[in-house]
Amino acid sequence: MTKTIQEINDKIKKGKAVVMNAEEIINIVEEKGVEKAAEEVDVVTTGTFGPMCSSGAYFNIGHTKPKIKLGGGRAYLNDVPVYSGFAAVDVCIGATALPDDDPLNKIYPGEFKYGGGHAIEDLVVGQDLKFVAVAYGTDCYPRKKLETWINIKDLNEAVLFNPRNAYQNYNVAVNLSDKIIYTYMGVLKPKLGNANYCSAGQLSPLLNDPYYNTIGIGTRIFLGGGTGYVVWQGTQHNPGVKRKENGVPQAPAGTLAVMGDLKQMKPEWLVGTTMQGYGVTLTVGIGIPIPILNEEICRYTAVKDEGIWTQIVDYSDAYPEGKKESLGEINYAQLISGTIDIQGKEVPTGNLSSYIKAVEIANTLKEWIKKGDFLLSEPVASLPGPETGYTFKPLKERSIMM
Amino acid sequence: MISKRIVLHFPHRLVDQPIVCNLVKDYNLEFNILKAYVTPREEGLMVLELRGDEKNYKQGIQYLTEASVKVQPLSQNIIRNERKCTDCGVCMPICPTGALVVEPLVRKVHFYDNKCIACELCVKACPVRAMEVHF
Repeated sequence: MTKTIQEINDKIKKGKAVVMNAEEIINIVEEKGVEKAAEEVDVVTTGTFGPMCSSGAYFNIGHTKPKIKLGGGRAYLNDVPVYSGFAAVDVCIGATALPDDDPLNKIYPGEFKYGGGHAIEDLVVGQDLKFVAVAYGTDCYPRKKLETWINIKDLNEAVLFNPRNAYQNYNVAVNLSDKIIYTYMGVLKPKLGNANYCSAGQLSPLLNDPYYNTIGIGTRIFLGGGTGYVVWQGTQHNPGVKRKENGVPQAPAGTLAVMGDLKQMKPEWLVGTTMQGYGVTLTVGIGIPIPILNEEICRYTAVKDEGIWTQIVDYSDAYPEGKKESLGEINYAQLISGTIDIQGKEVPTGNLSSYIKAVEIANTLKEWIKKGDFLLSEPVASLPGPETGYTFKPLKERSIMM
Repeated sequence: MISKRIVLHFPHRLVDQPIVCNLVKDYNLEFNILKAYVTPREEGLMVLELRGDEKNYKQGIQYLTEASVKVQPLSQNIIRNERKCTDCGVCMPICPTGALVVEPLVRKVHFYDNKCIACELCVKACPVRAMEVHF
């Protein structure tokens, strides 16, 4: 039994498509078997809602009179530096950018109250933001200074463009040292005081399509409450890591680069986020539909937390020093139980990624599809899979001394 | 026996008086100071766990009120902003008293303010700053 995306889209248009979220499909496959489930279900929706640092937005503010060329100058949005090295009035803001006068970690641990992620959220809320720029002035762009309020509704284009989101699996972070550490995985108490993880597990997009059979370049997705697209493999895409028999990677593996119209997005699904002592980021909501084209794809979507394993990594030493050391392997059912056993110690777990919000995203996408508002797209190219040898390499430093 | 967590606001003219000492001496109450800010010429603030016989407790609170100390339950001061909270659960292992708990099946985060001791560890650990302190 096989289906095509075209056939599924025809059903969606007629309001006849059978859509389940990635949690519901587990029971269907258990009750009816994969063959029957693949026949009956057309689409499985996934979701994830977690901090994703490699996120940003670019926008065009429109020309001033007289004109100014921001390229080569400096520009700030609510005091957060934005990148202006494009044409005259295109700028780009990154989620982790911080104001020049932020005390950073000088008073340790830093508070990091406001940065790029918060500015992106404020734009989406519809607030006026302060835009300040200086330029060097040219014959055709004579103006040298600009101070103005800007609002998303007045921008020509405002596009969310995230070079790396939706990690396929992630480390569990712990601290073996005897002092507290502040990381992008949250506050880690000394001597295995807690274990933090960050994944929607059985609901997470790439864990439901482990070999990227359906998710590819051009896949239409839920992004930040609006519609977006997968535009490339994400940075650090690493499909070749060890996998379990069910195909699921046992360590961080695939990633996605995504983009979409920021003007359509909702602040509920793009949240400026602070990691104490670390910095700022953006919590992003992503939902990806998986067309059930055959039994194999269906079987992958029925993956359960018990079947998703990941590595426990010491963020006081192994992680910062780039050592490939794991303190052990654990599955998401164990993580979700609230405590895990590490080196004979019972350690409480915390998730940085909201499962409840992931369910809400998967269900929202399900409703969009059921109502016929969201059609599936055929990927125009595949993401590199494990067979390609595509890999994530560390930097080889070379001396620049002559 | 009852035991309650309360917040005391001392007007600045009371800051140099042994108010809490009298709670022990005259009303036979036990106390555990969870937090205190006492600054000369400014309002003083103390978060206490107060324990004792119900009758004594009531009289002790009356003594405080008559001495112009403003008394309110601690639960009014530490608030979870429901709109901001994403139910991620990263606060749970940080909380020393089990006031923040993740409900296993639905994975919703609950805040039991009666267990909170106002240590404020969660306030800064929360990535979206959903935990708020209003003293």
